[in-house]
Amino acid sequence: MGLAKAVVRRILFYVVIGFGTAFFALPVLWLLSAPFDDTPTYAVRPPREFTFGNFAEIFENRYAFGSLLNSVILSIGTMVVVVTAAALAAYALSRARVPGRDTLIYMLLLLSSVVTGTAAMVPIFLLIFQMGLIDSHFGVVLVLSGGLLPAAIFLLKDFIDTIPRSYEESARVFGASPLQILRHIVVPVARPGLATIAVWTIVQVWGSFLTPFILLRDPDKQPAAVLVRTFYTEGGSPNLALISTFSLLYSIPVVLMYLFAWSRYGFRFHGGIKS
Amino acid sequence: MGLGRSRAVGFIAPALLLIGVFLVFPGVWTLYIGATNFRLTGVAARTPDFVGLDNYRAALGDETFYHSLWLTLLFVFGSAVIGQNGLGFTLAWALRDTRKWLKRTLETLVLLAWILPSSVVAFLWVAMLDRDGGTINEMLGNTPGVAWIVEYPLLSIIIFNIWRGTAFSMMLYSAALSSVPPSHLETARLAGATGTQTLRDVVLPHIRRYALTNTLLITLWTFNDFTPFLITATDYDAQIIATYIYERAIVAGEMGYSGAISLLVLLINLLLALFYLRVGRRGSR
Repeated sequence: MGLAKAVVRRILFYVVIGFGTAFFALPVLWLLSAPFDDTPTYAVRPPREFTFGNFAEIFENRYAFGSLLNSVILSIGTMVVVVTAAALAAYALSRARVPGRDTLIYMLLLLSSVVTGTAAMVPIFLLIFQMGLIDSHFGVVLVLSGGLLPAAIFLLKDFIDTIPRSYEESARVFGASPLQILRHIVVPVARPGLATIAVWTIVQVWGSFLTPFILLRDPDKQPAAVLVRTFYTEGGSPNLALISTFSLLYSIPVVLMYLFAWSRYGFRFHGGIKS
Repeated sequence: MGLGRSRAVGFIAPALLLIGVFLVFPGVWTLYIGATNFRLTGVAARTPDFVGLDNYRAALGDETFYHSLWLTLLFVFGSAVIGQNGLGFTLAWALRDTRKWLKRTLETLVLLAWILPSSVVAFLWVAMLDRDGGTINEMLGNTPGVAWIVEYPLLSIIIFNIWRGTAFSMMLYSAALSSVPPSHLETARLAGATGTQTLRDVVLPHIRRYALTNTLLITLWTFNDFTPFLITATDYDAQIIATYIYERAIVAGEMGYSGAISLLVLLINLLLALFYLRVGRRGSR
């Protein structure tokens, strides 16, 4: 191979890396500069006058803290429902013979990616309306859980499939019940998989906008994802100081959690995603 | 084995109940609503009439529906099939055996775009593209700046969605690339294959299945993604199907009509999925 070719390849490599870094970093930089700027603009730039005043202003906002709390309630609530139901179902689907199992999971996966989008907005709104669960966190948790479960089961079943059955067999020989086996043997072994699903669910719910936007009309109930859209000045233009500062506060937990899960467990794509 | 049938059913029941009530049922209900003249307000809100296929007929004769559908296809093709797929693979390939810190840094940045909440990232891109003092105009030194979102709304959300979703493809392809046996790459190198030949004859056959699954998933996700609404709102020139349904259903209150459109969207999604599965099956034979 010629020297020229190696040089070209090297240059190409740095172009890809350079372009990639700039493209992905630039929009996020605003989140790091604007909250500390006395008079933030849209442009990414170092703060003209460094200040923590924007944070003080956030704490005075009537809804800011409550909305973050609402986000926590929705995320944790959905996470508990999804992880519990998905773990039970994934275990049963992995260990018992169910005819047409893979097709079923695949169909549900497909349906979930469509119905949780805009297509089923109308019936979901009506359903929750009929159940009297508009403006209720519980309603949002139920809808989000239903949408996230197929993917959670799909990922978790893949994980449980890789756990050897011999542990469970020996436990059964000693007379353990299926629920005991699940709790004392499968759950500890499957902990990385469960943790991945838990973090994934929290991140999904933390960022979800459409469902709470439609189902929660009371500003005291709305999560941060919805509230952040309401920060406008009296003149009707967006209040950049509030938006940027609140966005930063709102983003930090989810980023930390993801980075933690990533460094601890890594992202696993098992065989199942291939087919 | 072991786990009795009744117990297996009991284990699956909670998940199945939730999925049934809050996922399958709304899906099926869409079918029914689409056949009525149901509205959010007015007389038809109390006693909706059964109108049969009228809504479908109206939708199929509705120019704005085709307009939205066409924009959606452009959006999906440009941002997911080409954009996320291409950039995701390029990054995975470029980073496959570089220094660890470089790989880690870039991967973290790409991931960040993926995990930040959608209302935040939407605003970050409004800040990038704004006419007065947006970052891109500042960098280009444009005064008065170009109102990117107003003048190029579709392009804006395509670029946005590439930025937003590349992480998934990148991670999937880097997992796929690590599954290519090093011995095959070594053989190709010894046989004097060029980079392109290696890519085509050794790497591609290995990652083909991954590529199909990836394309299927990101196609469906992008097709039904509502986030662009947070950037372009109800701009007609970027009115992808998700935004269109929202406008007709929630803003205009025409539940029956938007139910019919939802079902058409569902069918289109199904067709897309079947198409990918078919392509996948043909290749594995």
